[in-house]
Amino acid sequence: MLSKRIEKLRNQSLTATPKISLERARLLTEFYRSGKADKVSIPVGRALAFTYLLEHKEICINDGELIVGERGEVPKATSTYPEICTHTDKDFEILHNREKVWFKSSDKDRKEQIESIAPYWTGKSLRDRIFAELDQSWKDAYEAGVFTEFQEQRAPGHTVLDDKIYQKGLVYFKRDIDISLAQLDFFNDPLALDKREELIAMKITIDALINYAERYADKLKVLAEEEQDSQRKKELEQMESICRKVPANAPETVWEALQYYWFVHIGVVTELNTWDSFNPGRLDQHLNPFYKNDLNVGRFDESFIREILQSFWVKFNNQPAPPKVGVTARESATYTDFCLINLGGVTSSGEDASNEMTYILMDIIEEMRILQPSSMVQISKKNPDRMVRRALDVIKTGFGQPSLFNTDAIIQEMIRQGKSVEDARCGGASGCVETGAFGKESYILTGYFNLPKVLEITLHNGTDPQTGKLIGIKTGESEKLNTFEKLYDAFEKQLNHFIDIKIKGNLIIERMWAKYLPAPFLSVLVDDCISNGTDYNNGGARYNSSYVQGVGMGSLTDSFASLKKHVYDNQSISLAEFIRVLKNNFNESEDFKDELVNNTPKYGNDDDYADDISRMIFESFFNAVDGRPNTKGGHFRINLLPTTCHVYFGSVIGALPDGRLAGKPLSEGISPVQGADRHGPTAVLKSASKLDHVRTGGTLLNQKFIPAIFEDETSVSKIISLIRTYFRMDGHHIQFNVIDADTLRDAQKNPENYTDLIVRVAGYSDYFNDLGVELQNEIIQRTEQSV
Amino acid sequence: MDGIIFDIKKFALHDGPGIRTTLFFKGCPLNCLWCHNPESRLSEPESVNVGHGEQCKKSKMIGRKISSDLLFQEILKDEMFYVESGGGVTFSGGEPMLQSEFLLEILLKCKQNNLHTTVDTCGHVSWDQFESVLNYVDLFLYDIKLIDEDMHRQYISVSNELIKENLLKLVKAGAKVRVRIPLIAGITDTDDNISATVQFLKQLPELLAIDLLPYNKFGEDKIERYNLPRKRLGLHLQDEATLNSIKHKFTSEGMEVQIGG
Repeated sequence: MLSKRIEKLRNQSLTATPKISLERARLLTEFYRSGKADKVSIPVGRALAFTYLLEHKEICINDGELIVGERGEVPKATSTYPEICTHTDKDFEILHNREKVWFKSSDKDRKEQIESIAPYWTGKSLRDRIFAELDQSWKDAYEAGVFTEFQEQRAPGHTVLDDKIYQKGLVYFKRDIDISLAQLDFFNDPLALDKREELIAMKITIDALINYAERYADKLKVLAEEEQDSQRKKELEQMESICRKVPANAPETVWEALQYYWFVHIGVVTELNTWDSFNPGRLDQHLNPFYKNDLNVGRFDESFIREILQSFWVKFNNQPAPPKVGVTARESATYTDFCLINLGGVTSSGEDASNEMTYILMDIIEEMRILQPSSMVQISKKNPDRMVRRALDVIKTGFGQPSLFNTDAIIQEMIRQGKSVEDARCGGASGCVETGAFGKESYILTGYFNLPKVLEITLHNGTDPQTGKLIGIKTGESEKLNTFEKLYDAFEKQLNHFIDIKIKGNLIIERMWAKYLPAPFLSVLVDDCISNGTDYNNGGARYNSSYVQGVGMGSLTDSFASLKKHVYDNQSISLAEFIRVLKNNFNESEDFKDELVNNTPKYGNDDDYADDISRMIFESFFNAVDGRPNTKGGHFRINLLPTTCHVYFGSVIGALPDGRLAGKPLSEGISPVQGADRHGPTAVLKSASKLDHVRTGGTLLNQKFIPAIFEDETSVSKIISLIRTYFRMDGHHIQFNVIDADTLRDAQKNPENYTDLIVRVAGYSDYFNDLGVELQNEIIQRTEQSV
Repeated sequence: MDGIIFDIKKFALHDGPGIRTTLFFKGCPLNCLWCHNPESRLSEPESVNVGHGEQCKKSKMIGRKISSDLLFQEILKDEMFYVESGGGVTFSGGEPMLQSEFLLEILLKCKQNNLHTTVDTCGHVSWDQFESVLNYVDLFLYDIKLIDEDMHRQYISVSNELIKENLLKLVKAGAKVRVRIPLIAGITDTDDNISATVQFLKQLPELLAIDLLPYNKFGEDKIERYNLPRKRLGLHLQDEATLNSIKHKFTSEGMEVQIGG
């Protein structure tokens, strides 16, 4: 049962109108127009801009809340970042009028954007700079939908905080910075000047955030004085003293710890629109000592601590992901900003880390039942079944949280990448499923990569049949590809060609971020930016990984399996003829399509005919990407996750040899093609585990179950065994959609009755009503594992 | 050697302990009016028409020949899941004991690999056949439907003498047995039949447990789906109160009872 005030805050969050807030854009433009940034180095300029923003941002304290600080003026007022990508009037119009995931803007806002904000940034925004720098081959591939690029409109983010802020206040971080400054070696270090500027910028941002907290304290003091209700008055006074204490000093209570984190969060998302998922990470680990202490000294009772946590939860939901533009809006149409709270897992010394707070937070997740933050449970072989059982309890309520991750696989993945065992154990997954060393790594998703599109281009000798443009390389007409090996070889050449284009682009983009838009505040938080004197965007972190996310593994595997079986093994159709059938989108080839769909080996059935092909594709993709250097001292890596990009990527591909019609969505993550798995979940997990998860930075596997399966204890135990077995086989992640198809169909027909229906889409949960019809249909269609 | 099966179901959760693979053998000596797998009765593969009207032209083969080696390969694919969950392999059907040589071959392979084995049987086969597999079966799921012989002949088309006799022998021989009772409204769930069943089973304290299987419409759905020449019964389902009162009749005699398999 939620208390009245939490119910009210939750409702406020659920019903608040997502709208564009120009406050940040206005303040930033004012600052840069003032010329103050012209007189200093770029990092210091950014730090002064950050200061200006936090000095002038509206203070927002919602009725009854226990944790304060909003990104916009009010809940769901969402900032723009014109220095990164400047929204055009058309963008605002589209965002305003979209049927789903809209952001409202007033005429006044639009006028201000066109007359005052856009003119200053157009041509100067990083997006404009990036597009001016990238060559035609990149643009051709990008426009054809071979890949997307995250950093063209969002900052390289993807990092999660570790425990450092709970140990010390920000003033102590300033001491660390002073030590680094004192150690600068201007005699021998050619970068000493750059480092000095970066370190100075970091210090400025710390003062800015402490000052921002003071502004809250001042406002709380006024509110406390005016407050009539004696209990609330006392709370406001307590909140005032908390804001005077953190983030400057180390927290001592759960309340202080959460408020400290939240100020830091506001700092990070005010500085840049870091894609994505900045969050406290292993929250149960961080909070448990404070929680025990609070109870021991009798400071708060447990129910009040739960209210603080609930109030904290609402803060995440108040913040939709920044409004996107162009292709990115199309491929990721969601309000969620991918904060993923991690529970469970192991401690730095490798022991079972689950604690009282793990279970309390699962209660909070279940009671709050809101989109953000998302949550996951790390399951190591060392965690008890009790923890998994509790997670399944929450999952069975059917709103797609928490998802389940394999701690032991995550650790192996990080160790393979060269991280220390301790850093690996203290890490986890963020965003959708992405592995990272929390607080110590910049692990950037560079963009999705459309694997089946490469096959389509291969089948047309380098030409994109959708546009007739030659965008690949000439790898041979269909007559020349007279063995499966030759076909596959041609595919691999095209794949390498497009990966080269993608990586070349990313090397350029990475440098542009490092040069023009450093993130000194985020750098304070991530080891070892301070000791390296180097920005987070410039390789300052201890670990730096750049990911390319492969999409359509199932669709591509099935397509190759079809070609292998029918063209090369059975020789029942020539490749040229097959290509003609695809061009006609299977018109008048219904029987053949039927044969492809129903009588051809498919990934997801534990059938090596298909699964061997998925392994081949994995190797090709891995070899094309993994280990190539990025510009930050780290490497490019792969992972296999789609978010919602499989829908966009499907829309740019004609019919595929697996029987999929033109324009339809691709398979998502490493899940089988929708409906292709016909032998139940164990076969799906077996197929999925044949991919080498340990050499990725995350894979995504969706399984949908009808709620009935969770109803009796014995079945739940068997589901636990199912999960444990997948994890023994090094599976990285599995998520359950517990809902029946009829419910979903009804929701499609009567959306008004299902406004709070959340389903797990692909690595995150979303409101069913916010999804497009196609994605809704796909979720309905996904094989139900009826038992 | 080859056998004839009509389905392999992985991740079977209701046919014995843990996560199991259930193999459905084709052919059954009984003809229960309410048959749950009506397409399994004939011992040879058969062609059925699927769907209605126009679609009805599509034919589908029920049953296929498969070698014990190939079948065992399929079984082994989920070995990890059996080990983790304490599961294994269940032989069902049809009546698996009708293909006892084939069954024995696979059972031997399972035991060589330490897999838990369960046989789901109707009991209407010669004792010799039980004897041949007995040592390699960890658990029998043994169906008892009607105790009255005339009714048994009426609804199941054979006498129940052999079925009752085999159960007594099997338990005596030390086999682990769970008895399964399909609850068919007005036929097997009557007071008379339940009381008679309780009396009959009372003499077997060695039984592990009794499973009461409430009626479901799965079989009727199949009659429609495969256009089988059978009558749909249109039977109603038992409500929870009825199920509990039936359950009570067994538990009051000290028997361990579970609703649902």
